[in-house]
Amino acid sequence: MAETLTTDSGTHAADRDVFFPQPDGSRVPYAVFSSQEVYDREQERIYRGPHWSFVALACEIPNLNDFKSTFVGDTPVVVTRTADGFACWVNRCAHRGAIVCREKHGNAASHTCVYHQWNYSCEGDLQGVPFRRGQKQGDIMLVGMAKAFDPAQHGLRKLRVAEYKGLLFATFSDDTPDIEDYLGPQMLPWVDRLFHKPIVYLGCTRQYSKSNWKLYFENVKDPYHASLLHLFHTTFNIFRVGMSARSIPDATHGLHSLITVTKPSVETNTASAYTDQKIRSMQDGFALEDPYVLGQIPEYEENCTNQIQPIFPQLVIQQIHNTLVARQLLPKGPSNFELVFHFFGYEDDTPELRELRLLQANLVGPAGYISMEDTEATELVQRGTARDGDKTSFMGMGLDAPDQTNSNITENLIRRFWAGYQRTMGY
Amino acid sequence: MTDQLRLWLEVCQLQNNYVHAIDSGRLEDWPRFFTEDGVYTIISKENEDRGLPAPIIHCRNQRMMRDRVMALRHASIYEAHSYRHALGGIVIESATDDEVHAVSSYIVVNTGAAGESVVYQAGVYRDRLVKQQGNWLFREKRVVYDTSRVQTLLATRSRRRTDEQLARCGRSHGFQRR
Repeated sequence: MAETLTTDSGTHAADRDVFFPQPDGSRVPYAVFSSQEVYDREQERIYRGPHWSFVALACEIPNLNDFKSTFVGDTPVVVTRTADGFACWVNRCAHRGAIVCREKHGNAASHTCVYHQWNYSCEGDLQGVPFRRGQKQGDIMLVGMAKAFDPAQHGLRKLRVAEYKGLLFATFSDDTPDIEDYLGPQMLPWVDRLFHKPIVYLGCTRQYSKSNWKLYFENVKDPYHASLLHLFHTTFNIFRVGMSARSIPDATHGLHSLITVTKPSVETNTASAYTDQKIRSMQDGFALEDPYVLGQIPEYEENCTNQIQPIFPQLVIQQIHNTLVARQLLPKGPSNFELVFHFFGYEDDTPELRELRLLQANLVGPAGYISMEDTEATELVQRGTARDGDKTSFMGMGLDAPDQTNSNITENLIRRFWAGYQRTMGY
Repeated sequence: MTDQLRLWLEVCQLQNNYVHAIDSGRLEDWPRFFTEDGVYTIISKENEDRGLPAPIIHCRNQRMMRDRVMALRHASIYEAHSYRHALGGIVIESATDDEVHAVSSYIVVNTGAAGESVVYQAGVYRDRLVKQQGNWLFREKRVVYDTSRVQTLLATRSRRRTDEQLARCGRSHGFQRR
């Protein structure tokens, strides 16, 4: 064998094609957005590491034996509702590796691989192997599966599953902490805020972007861009100077975060409010002919217009006005991601509130008035950075006030994210 | 010509005029193909088949359609591109003197700034047409798309961020742009 020049598995800095010049996350090497090596490392250390990946809302699979095909990272998995709760298994036959479940969703007490009809329970246990005990052909007994074959050892690869108030998470790792500890005390009250009572599933929309998944994570931790990229705000007079904001990272690793925006509470006299609160003048703007879509029926103690809460690595919880969405972020190679907007409402919605939620679907998703540009922006970064992996971004907004949590012109959450990412990835 | 065939031609004519207006950039004409209380919805086949209501676009009247056009013209940001709609298989499912239910398949080809044309979306129009003052109008157009993954975003017509937009943004935030 030729003398070995490489070290073990590329964990030494010199072997890697990425280098973060600052530990504070303010400069991110562009290689993390396009390197296959980085992507493969993420699959191991993040999606198969000690993290809970959001896989489904429990109300997507409301009945016994309901299932849904999805992904943890780029590994295909199936989530099922079992007699005991929920199961999640890798969608790969234990026999020869074929995809077992080929539907996006449905109801099935068992799942059979089409290749050789190995059959599994909805928990993922192997139940049947055709010709296992051989077959008699005339006088000859054709031998079946090896004598030593133990079906219990050949089930589907199972993941741990955790439910938190109707959100379903899965993890490959035994080291992942309990879900409540994973979400942490900064995030929990805000998850509880939107999931405090039974929800119903209203459907999903899917958006595919030719850009790296982390560019989207940056986007949902970036209140700075909101009123600058999404000109719908300023064009139709949604942006208001007097709005109060929160931008809070989780204290453990900074990978989760919360952004909220809340309007000034009293707006009895609209005309004087325009003057007093320095709301942008209407004269150079435009007015909606049917502004009902921008209304909001109060339904929480604090009437935030926006709650944007990324839970690393696969979930963004969203309340924008009366739209409620669990966004599932799925990496599809270094340069692509799929974003699935799972819309939901509450079981006790009034018809008026339900109608408004569906009207306000116009605000979000791939054709959303105040979100359609996000994937446009992430694609611009992808295209702009593809060739220059050693160059870095610069994120200095609010850098001198790292503990400020009431600003909406800060890049603090993004820096905290990258600092956490560096630790998780060993960079 | 039979009345049935004549009606089919009238529906074809409306559909063709409709996509022609969009493909020609006459977005302001688009709401006029609807009744004042016309409903326009784009929804994935995935949701439609499961009886789930979440739409991607949902206008409950002509005013909301005009708002959508205004936003596309003055607010939304997207890369310059053009759409071509190809229609086919127009079928009248039921008809009375003043109301028609029709379906038709569509394919939308998107040509981006780099000059590449790709099939952006395929799906079906499920339409309810009514006759008002001798003209057929859409009372409801339900666009059910097969292409469940929407590439990048859904908008129409080419435009880019204008100086006027940027100035407006700066004024509203109270900062000067330089």
